[in-house]
Amino acid sequence: MTKTQSRNILLHYPKNLTDKPIISNLIKNYDLTVNISKARIDQDEEGTMIIEISGTSENINDGLKYLREIGVTYKPISKVVNWNQDKCTHCSACTVVCPVGALYIPDRNNMLITFDEKKCIACGLCVPACPYRAITISE
Amino acid sequence: MQRSIEEINEKIKKNKAIVFTAEEIIPYVEEVGYKKAAERVDVVTTGTFGPMCSSGAFLNLGHTTPRMKIQRAWLNGVLAYGGLAAVDLFIGATEIPDDDPANRIHPGLFKYGGGHVIEDLISGKDIFLKAVSYGTDCYPRKELETYINIRDLNQAYIYNPRNCYQNYNVAVNLSKKVIYTYLGVLQPNLGNANFSSAGQLSPLLNDPYYRTIGIGTKIFLGGAQGFVSWEGTQHNPTAPRGENGVPKEGAGTIAVTGDMKKMNARYIRGVSVMGYGASMAVGIGIPIPIIDEDMIRFVTVKDEDILAPVVDYSMAYPSNKIKVLSYVNYRDLRSGEVEIKGKKVPTASLSSYPIAREIANTLKTWILKGEFLLTEKVASLPGVESGQGFYPLKIRSERIK
Repeated sequence: MTKTQSRNILLHYPKNLTDKPIISNLIKNYDLTVNISKARIDQDEEGTMIIEISGTSENINDGLKYLREIGVTYKPISKVVNWNQDKCTHCSACTVVCPVGALYIPDRNNMLITFDEKKCIACGLCVPACPYRAITISE
Repeated sequence: MQRSIEEINEKIKKNKAIVFTAEEIIPYVEEVGYKKAAERVDVVTTGTFGPMCSSGAFLNLGHTTPRMKIQRAWLNGVLAYGGLAAVDLFIGATEIPDDDPANRIHPGLFKYGGGHVIEDLISGKDIFLKAVSYGTDCYPRKELETYINIRDLNQAYIYNPRNCYQNYNVAVNLSKKVIYTYLGVLQPNLGNANFSSAGQLSPLLNDPYYRTIGIGTKIFLGGAQGFVSWEGTQHNPTAPRGENGVPKEGAGTIAVTGDMKKMNARYIRGVSVMGYGASMAVGIGIPIPIIDEDMIRFVTVKDEDILAPVVDYSMAYPSNKIKVLSYVNYRDLRSGEVEIKGKKVPTASLSSYPIAREIANTLKTWILKGEFLLTEKVASLPGVESGQGFYPLKIRSERIK
């Protein structure tokens, strides 16, 4: 049996696709599990959605190929959220606002903050909570 | 066992001084005992790095042609106080630009303020200066707009009236909505507990009775050498103390000063506290000479022996009717979870323990290399015997004198 993988990605829908059942197609046609953590349609009627997709590696690749073919662009969350290590002072103000534990202190001896891109859902709560503005989000 | 600062300095000059950080000294004393440690160790270095309000800087701009007596001035849009002389300014860490929306859209972001101006100056960035005045016979100019750079200023020195708080509150929120405080975002119903102290590494917690730290003490300030210039504002030596002499709440403070031209922006950082305002994070390290065995006992204080008061910032703090909910120690605070009112509460720190550690280590290196000699204090900070406290302001509508 093939191992299940998961990826957090940010999708950009052009105006002409915001009324299409794209997520439904990903689930039905590619056997993927989709977990939506954020979705919105902007004033210009373009859509942005942050999802976690899980499935076999082959199905994920096919699903992403489908997105590309219909004109939905996407990028991994790691390209959306930037944790600037030069600016981070390793206080821990962000750790109690991050709802998924993506910003955390793995080792209580060295007290250094770590950012786990795989857990991050790009909710943005950490951005204003950081006193040193070390985290930025570019959708 | 007695050891003078002079003896220590002789050893530092010969690169023979034995120096530990306030963290390293703990296992060492556990191994060899107080007596032997006091005989062997000359200096213990401390460190702290966190947002410290009551910080700022004096700048002398130099005179323009024709001359100007500056009345009001702005640095990158942030008001700097000009009511000192002609071209002396004081820029305070919490000042925000006149056009900052502040908390009108709550919670405000406070992306730029006085602390950021100071950080930018230290980084060597050009700063836009705008100044206005009324003009006099000897100072005719009324308006000025120019870029300035720290390298061209006659003087640029930090003068922080209150830094290095000896212990501090742990902030929690007992209300049902999120609140935004200077100790960070506090989630409702005891959602988190935020603190700000380097605990066992913190300077004044390692010299709880101010035996060696006093006016004139040379310190690490913002990456350069600075000095303790006075007692800090709100200095409160009579705050409640534990049996080990360590204050159980905010107690002693110091005023510090140092040359910004020699500082490193890694250790002086503008801070944006959501919903609260702008401030400045300051890096301070203080060497503690081991003058006797009592001193080695004080510097081996451990996180678990330092208690901090838990205070509700939704009601008790803003109304200034503080009731301490309970006391927690810094070992537990640093573990990421404390128990308050029977509930396990996640913790976060506004100060940086890794940078506090880095500062204590840097100061240790300076001393080991013979680059940093210790100073005898010129005068003592008011101690417990002074009876000095920290009192609220009583609002009154009539003059009584």
